Amino acid sequence: MAQSFPEDVLEHVFSFLNYDKDRNAVSLVCKSWYEIERLCRRRIFIGNCYAVSPEIVIRRFPDVRAVELKGKPHFADFNLVPEGWGGYVYPWIVSLARAYPWLEEIKLKRMVVTDESLELISKSFKNFKVLVLLSCEGFTTDGLASIAANCRNLRELDLGESEVEDLSGHWLSHFPDNCTSLVSLNISCLGSEVSFCALERLVARCPNLKTLRLNRAVPLEKLPNLLCRAPQLVELGTGVYSAEIQSDIFSNLAEAFLGCKQLKGLSGFWDVVPAYLPAMYSVCSRITSLNLSYATAQNPELVHFVSQCSNLQRLWVLDYIEDAGLEALAASCKDLHELRVFPSDPFDAEANVSLTEQGLVAVSEGCPKLQSVLYFCRQMSNAALVAIARSRPNMIRFRLCIIEPRAPDYLTLEPLDTGFGAIVENCKELRRLSMSGLLTDRVFEYIGTHAKKLEMLSIAFAGDSDLGLHHVLSGCESLRKLEIRDCPFGDKALLANATKLETMRSLWMSSCSVSFGACKLLGQKMPRLNVEVINERGPPDSGPESCPVEKLYVYRTIAGPRVDMPGFVWTMDEQVSSSLSRVTERRGD
Amino acid sequence: MAMISEEHNKEKLGFEETELRLGLPGGGGGIVNGDFGKNTNANGKRGYLETVNLKLNLSLKETEKGENLQKEKNLISCSNNAVKPPTKTQVVGWPPVRSFRKNVMAVQKSNSEEGVGGTATFVKVSMDGAPYLRKVDLNMYKSYQDLYGALGKMFSSFTMGKCDSQGMMDFMNESKLMDLLNGSDFVPTYEDKDGDWMLVGDVPWEMFVGSCKRLRIMKGTEAIGLAPRALEKCKYRS
Repeated sequence: MAQSFPEDVLEHVFSFLNYDKDRNAVSLVCKSWYEIERLCRRRIFIGNCYAVSPEIVIRRFPDVRAVELKGKPHFADFNLVPEGWGGYVYPWIVSLARAYPWLEEIKLKRMVVTDESLELISKSFKNFKVLVLLSCEGFTTDGLASIAANCRNLRELDLGESEVEDLSGHWLSHFPDNCTSLVSLNISCLGSEVSFCALERLVARCPNLKTLRLNRAVPLEKLPNLLCRAPQLVELGTGVYSAEIQSDIFSNLAEAFLGCKQLKGLSGFWDVVPAYLPAMYSVCSRITSLNLSYATAQNPELVHFVSQCSNLQRLWVLDYIEDAGLEALAASCKDLHELRVFPSDPFDAEANVSLTEQGLVAVSEGCPKLQSVLYFCRQMSNAALVAIARSRPNMIRFRLCIIEPRAPDYLTLEPLDTGFGAIVENCKELRRLSMSGLLTDRVFEYIGTHAKKLEMLSIAFAGDSDLGLHHVLSGCESLRKLEIRDCPFGDKALLANATKLETMRSLWMSSCSVSFGACKLLGQKMPRLNVEVINERGPPDSGPESCPVEKLYVYRTIAGPRVDMPGFVWTMDEQVSSSLSRVTERRGD
Repeated sequence: MAMISEEHNKEKLGFEETELRLGLPGGGGGIVNGDFGKNTNANGKRGYLETVNLKLNLSLKETEKGENLQKEKNLISCSNNAVKPPTKTQVVGWPPVRSFRKNVMAVQKSNSEEGVGGTATFVKVSMDGAPYLRKVDLNMYKSYQDLYGALGKMFSSFTMGKCDSQGMMDFMNESKLMDLLNGSDFVPTYEDKDGDWMLVGDVPWEMFVGSCKRLRIMKGTEAIGLAPRALEKCKYRS
């Protein structure tokens, strides 16, 4: 093309591009496209907050309205990342406040958020609309009070499963009387009761409220008061689903649910009393998403309830559902996309429920759209995995946790290599895989050969040697995140595939056999990687170079080594070889 | 980076399959479709271990030489860091259940076992005029002051008079007790193992946790009737 399109035409065209991948591709076409695109990008997603600095982001994208940031590595969910590791959002908020006065949305995952940050957010962005805090920590209900009080146009407040220091429920009363903009409110992680009157009035004056997830403290008897004032709700998270058995409570509840014609998603259900489940029968046929994973009661009524939801697409449930319940699910919910079965008693070696691999096989065979699975169980066989793989070649996410580490195929006592091999071979679109049970290097050979679309892999107590890790790093072309714990993987595979690590977001290895020497070497050779050694027992150089590090977190970055590390984290770079103690002194810990 | 590309140029011939490269590794590994049992050497391809050593022999060998002497001496200090097989006792972070979920399940489990064995002692708490009861785990608190704080948060109109530094009310001082009862709006009382209703605070904390069956936050004026009984019990015990 001799003449290119005028800028505003291109900008208009680009405005239809919502996916980062597309925008990134467009910005690589030529310099002028790069310039136009960067000026009109409104949404930023940063999968690792340490991969880039706020300054770099702001310099490139001057007019951003929505920012999404992720902090700690995924294994932080399971207490593998020590307290104080990092992921502080405050410096980001300070920079964003200065650069983007019109910022509307902030979504954070696994970050440390302080009341100070929340207050700064509430006061810096005049048109602030959306705050989502998933698995975050470090703030109290005082911070929430700032948000409630100052964000005049707040549309969404989602506290996810964050750890909030719950000083009192009073914060909710800080929403001003003229706040009518709420569309989504999720306070399910909070312990304290909020003022019910304040909640009731808030719900009543927000006509666009579509998602309401209450916390446990909201009693069942009061639920109808809220439902009657918000019949337009699409997603509801109940409080405690238990009360004294009284007919008026039941009839109020049933009537209230009858009025909710738009309801598609249900969650909450702390402490379910079976007698009250039928109150929801009127909504069952419309329900597409059901989270019963906190309903800690063995309950045939629950199974019956689930079977009524013929249009169910997503089910999260405890293993109380048992194989029989899953068979019923497979028979009645043909639209099921996603199943998550959580363990009711994860620390008991003995099975407390009759849930085995059979339940998963039944659902895989019976539900043609099943593509996302998270399943905790106590026994598995290669035969079952092969059956699942053959029935469901459309599987995209497959996470299996056999509770006993290194558990073999319970029928043949062989490793589960063949089974997982069948999964990766048949499920060509597989993007996420978590494995467990007895696994040798062979399974990694299968993965390296077949799992070409795999983006995230979680490995625990598996493999025999570096060959396993090498297969994964050299074969999985789409790999972005790799997390490994308690595997005999060491230096060789890591160093041989050093450049691969620059194509990934991050690598986590804990309780493996990677030596301090190898970490140093990797850090020195790869300046665009941060190679973080996490050693709580003491500096890694207090032993010989061949000594394994406790935990290793490697991630690509253009921001250089971070400056907010605690005393038990060291970044391996050029300076490390001179003297470790000098580095810690310089940091002024 | 410069060092690696030098090696790359020198050793390009014959090592294409496993050469270090920037960007994505090439397609097609050394494994022929479907036949996983084959020995890679039989395909005429170099075993990867050998290749790795060739690639990085410069750096690794140098550091290894210096360490061989040290190795023997330091094996013992390393052993703690080596990969251990998991014992039957709980392994950190396994099974991979999120802390949020673990905490919720723990609370709910305790609720269903009302203080019978285990590490939780949940008792019902009622407050005069409140529409529903609450539950507290007495083991969560170390003193009366802690408990009052928690109860105060739960029932926000509830106020508790001050305790002395040991957290025990001084029953020897009858006038102090009367002031307390007349002054406060609400006062915590409890039902003990004998089925008697007592004023909270008269016995040492540990004894209280052991004997408390349920709590009731009464209006101060109603609690006056308990005071003589409390005094009675106290005198009997001392």
